Amino acid sequence: MEQPALTLSHAQLADAVQRGERAALAQALNLLDDRRPQSRAIAAAFLRKLQNDQSSIRSHLIGMTGPPGAGKSTLTAALIDLWRQRNLRVGVLAVDPSSPISGGALLGDRLRMKTSADDDGVFIRSLACRGEFGGLSAEVWPMSLVMLAAFDVVMIETVGVGQREIDISRMCDTTCFVAQPGSGDSVQFLKAGILEVPHILVVNKEDMGAVARRTLSELGTALGRAHSDGNWEVPVLSASATAGTGIEELADALSRHRKILGAGDQLQAHRQGYQAQWILKRLQDEFGSHGIARLGGESALLQQLTEQSLSLFEQHETLRQILLQPGDQHA
Amino acid sequence: MSETAKRDRPWLMRTYSGHSSARASNELYRMNLSKGQTGLSVAFDLPTQTGYDSDHPLARGEVGKVGVPIDHIGDMEALFDKIPLDQMNTSMTINATAPWLLALYVAVAERQGVDPSQLQGTTQNDVLKEYLSRGTYIYPPGPSVRLTTDLITYTVENIPKWNPTNICSYHLQEAGATPTQELAYALSTATAILDAVRDSGQVPADRFAAVVGRISFFVNAGIRFVEETCKLRAFGAMWNKLAEERYGVSDEKQRRFRYGVQVNSLGLTESQPENNVQRIVLEMLAVTLSKNARARAIQLPAWNEALGLPRPWDQQWALRMQQVLALETDLLEYGDLFDGSPVVEAKVQELIEGAEAEIARVAEQGGMVQAIESGYVKRELVKSHTRRMRDIESGELKIVGVNCFTQTAESPLTGGSDSGIMKVDVQAEREQIAALKDFRARRDQSGVDAALENLRKAAANGDNIMPCSIACARAGVTTGEWSEVLREAFGEYRAPTGIDIAMAGQTGSAAMDEVREKVRRTGEELGRPLRLLIGKPGLDGHSNGAEQIAVKGRDAGFEIVYEGIRLTPSHIARAAQEEGAHLIGLSVLSGSHLELVEDIQSELKKIGATDVPLIIGGIIPEDDAQQLLSHGVQAVFTPKDVDMNVIMTDMVNIIRRNNGLEELA
Repeated sequence: MEQPALTLSHAQLADAVQRGERAALAQALNLLDDRRPQSRAIAAAFLRKLQNDQSSIRSHLIGMTGPPGAGKSTLTAALIDLWRQRNLRVGVLAVDPSSPISGGALLGDRLRMKTSADDDGVFIRSLACRGEFGGLSAEVWPMSLVMLAAFDVVMIETVGVGQREIDISRMCDTTCFVAQPGSGDSVQFLKAGILEVPHILVVNKEDMGAVARRTLSELGTALGRAHSDGNWEVPVLSASATAGTGIEELADALSRHRKILGAGDQLQAHRQGYQAQWILKRLQDEFGSHGIARLGGESALLQQLTEQSLSLFEQHETLRQILLQPGDQHA
Repeated sequence: MSETAKRDRPWLMRTYSGHSSARASNELYRMNLSKGQTGLSVAFDLPTQTGYDSDHPLARGEVGKVGVPIDHIGDMEALFDKIPLDQMNTSMTINATAPWLLALYVAVAERQGVDPSQLQGTTQNDVLKEYLSRGTYIYPPGPSVRLTTDLITYTVENIPKWNPTNICSYHLQEAGATPTQELAYALSTATAILDAVRDSGQVPADRFAAVVGRISFFVNAGIRFVEETCKLRAFGAMWNKLAEERYGVSDEKQRRFRYGVQVNSLGLTESQPENNVQRIVLEMLAVTLSKNARARAIQLPAWNEALGLPRPWDQQWALRMQQVLALETDLLEYGDLFDGSPVVEAKVQELIEGAEAEIARVAEQGGMVQAIESGYVKRELVKSHTRRMRDIESGELKIVGVNCFTQTAESPLTGGSDSGIMKVDVQAEREQIAALKDFRARRDQSGVDAALENLRKAAANGDNIMPCSIACARAGVTTGEWSEVLREAFGEYRAPTGIDIAMAGQTGSAAMDEVREKVRRTGEELGRPLRLLIGKPGLDGHSNGAEQIAVKGRDAGFEIVYEGIRLTPSHIARAAQEEGAHLIGLSVLSGSHLELVEDIQSELKKIGATDVPLIIGGIIPEDDAQQLLSHGVQAVFTPKDVDMNVIMTDMVNIIRRNNGLEELA
């Protein structure tokens, strides 16, 4: 069988990624996407090197989600422009649905994120969800690690209302929910407590006028009954990607939230938590809750995972092997 | 009264033409007029249509290709040299930059000593359809509608015999529209524009009927000529009703459905291209047979359009078809042949009902502008076109020489040193750029700056754009400068691609299942699903091919990255790298494939991504195809390649070859 097309050693690749070299970044993302066992082994070594270097500790991982048509991509484009003016380098992972029939996908978000082609400070990678991982691509977390090593801001964009916000909010520093004016969905979800409350709510298309203002006030009211954790009060913002209004306020709110997450060990602990969540979720997808129970239950497993310093593929594979063994042994 | 005096006057006969330079096109126009053509139809090149000067980086390879380059008043003057504008009826296929080209036309008339109020002709000036087909839009829909209405309100008062807008259903049919969709979307567009004119407050209420009376249409006629005749009768009835009921036009003359025609290009074939002659003649019948729904102006494509650019002789042949019908046959001696026919009446009624239902769906969404912005209309068109392609593939829709009766003797028409098409002078672009630089150096810069400043103010404060544009034309402003000021004021737009339509269904054909298996298996062997980046480089906006490959590719299991039209070579190369594409598929129909491929290959080299193979589809002459293949392009697809399953299998095998895997049968 074909060898993985890697022209650099995994250590060289990790160094090149941290220098922000585009060809290396593309190669690293291809490697993480490659599910052949021999590629996975190289990927594991590569990620271990990357995580040991810990350069990703300074950057910010943002999840942007919301219903289709809310204008997430155009809002992302407006934020990219602003971040570039502030001299920040930006990486984007845009997740689109796959066809359940053919496995094929149309990845069209780049269209609305058109940036200057010659700007080395922006890198966009599209991902198809491939019918797994609750509508979030299973590659999204490993790829985030690569992006975090190379960029100041990394944005993950997904479509969804409901379950998917929960997934993404467990894997990002800051989750931003984009609401569509006039659509009551998000308000209903908030009221029912189905929607895990994101860190920032933004009503896009404020240029629509009254209908946008109504949604804004409904969200504010609904949120009043929802939680807010000790040192962060969830802001409800208004913006228009096309008119270019409210973008600075949104960017400022995002960076305010990033600041309270702290740096160094504090942030590192958060990130290890996301990784543990990723492994938990993949195991759940493959083995169900019974599998998790066999590993000692969710909270014990998460605890154990955050204390280890193996790469995520190694952790995941070790646990898989345990579950694949016949019999009823517990880990 | 003599026998001949009873005949109706023939329609205006034109040929859509222009190429290389203003001077070369002027020679062509004067030759065509001497052959009996009765009006002019100007084809502009893509930089002129999309608002770039000939020396702009995006214009590379496109200057003078699909039409004439017009950078400034000097070019426009040369284009109409020795053609007195007070005696000419000129149709200009121009949209996003329509106010600018009309301004140049007015300024040239002034220089010729012609009173602009005497000018006759048409500016296409229908940007809304550009978002759906053809793709030469620049600004977002809001400002585009404003420019359209500014031109309309200006000409109604100042150039009363001008047709300020030609609402186009032509290009909708090219993008796949059914007759019902053509009717619905063209009339919804006309409504959106007329409402905007009314709401702009630029026209007093008592002059509004005159505006309605100046609206004309540009229609397509396909090979199903009975249905097409009925479509045009339906257009007439629906327009009459709309003008009366919605806009209260009482004068019947001002409610008449006035239209020009170019017959269908979509159905012209590259295989056995001589068959296109009878297709064109039959399609012409559709728009002439019924006197009450007869075209005011006709232009016919040449038989060899699917091969490349037509030569003067090919265009002469197209003109002679019109002349034979109008002058030799007895068609113009009779009244309407179909009035009172129950068959025709029933078909017309069916089309009207279908169109009214679709118009209501558009209205529910807030109107045509909103239905375009949401991607609804584009998706509907892509769906229709996908259906058409599937029917051709399955043989349900017969195309002689393409999916049946494909055996042929060798054609004497496509031999010869030119392979039966025209070659554009490769020097033309360089000469145009040199002349442009010279023009800029010789003009009064302070006059130019002042004129542009006034344009900027008008764009911002909502004044009619025409007077200051005419002042710009006189002052020596260039096409790129005029467009750039408005780009800064209005921003640029990227239209929805419409490819996000539902899948064909669970059960594909056996051939489709086979392709899916090849795609899946190869993805597995390479460790990840196959990724295809579809790129439309350059200024060409004809996106049918790219859209159909995108939809089919998704259905076959590829992950498709497609960002729409008008991308730079550098953008495409970098996107291919960022997205980890296994293959880049380019689509180019403007004839600039050699330059664009060269540019993309050099960009790929620059960023270290030469390992991604490249294929191309488009109207690509055989000689050029050979040249592309010898320069490393892996495959060249042309309109001859109608079996998309074969194209998909070829793509899989190119990826396999590139990754050292053996090919699949």
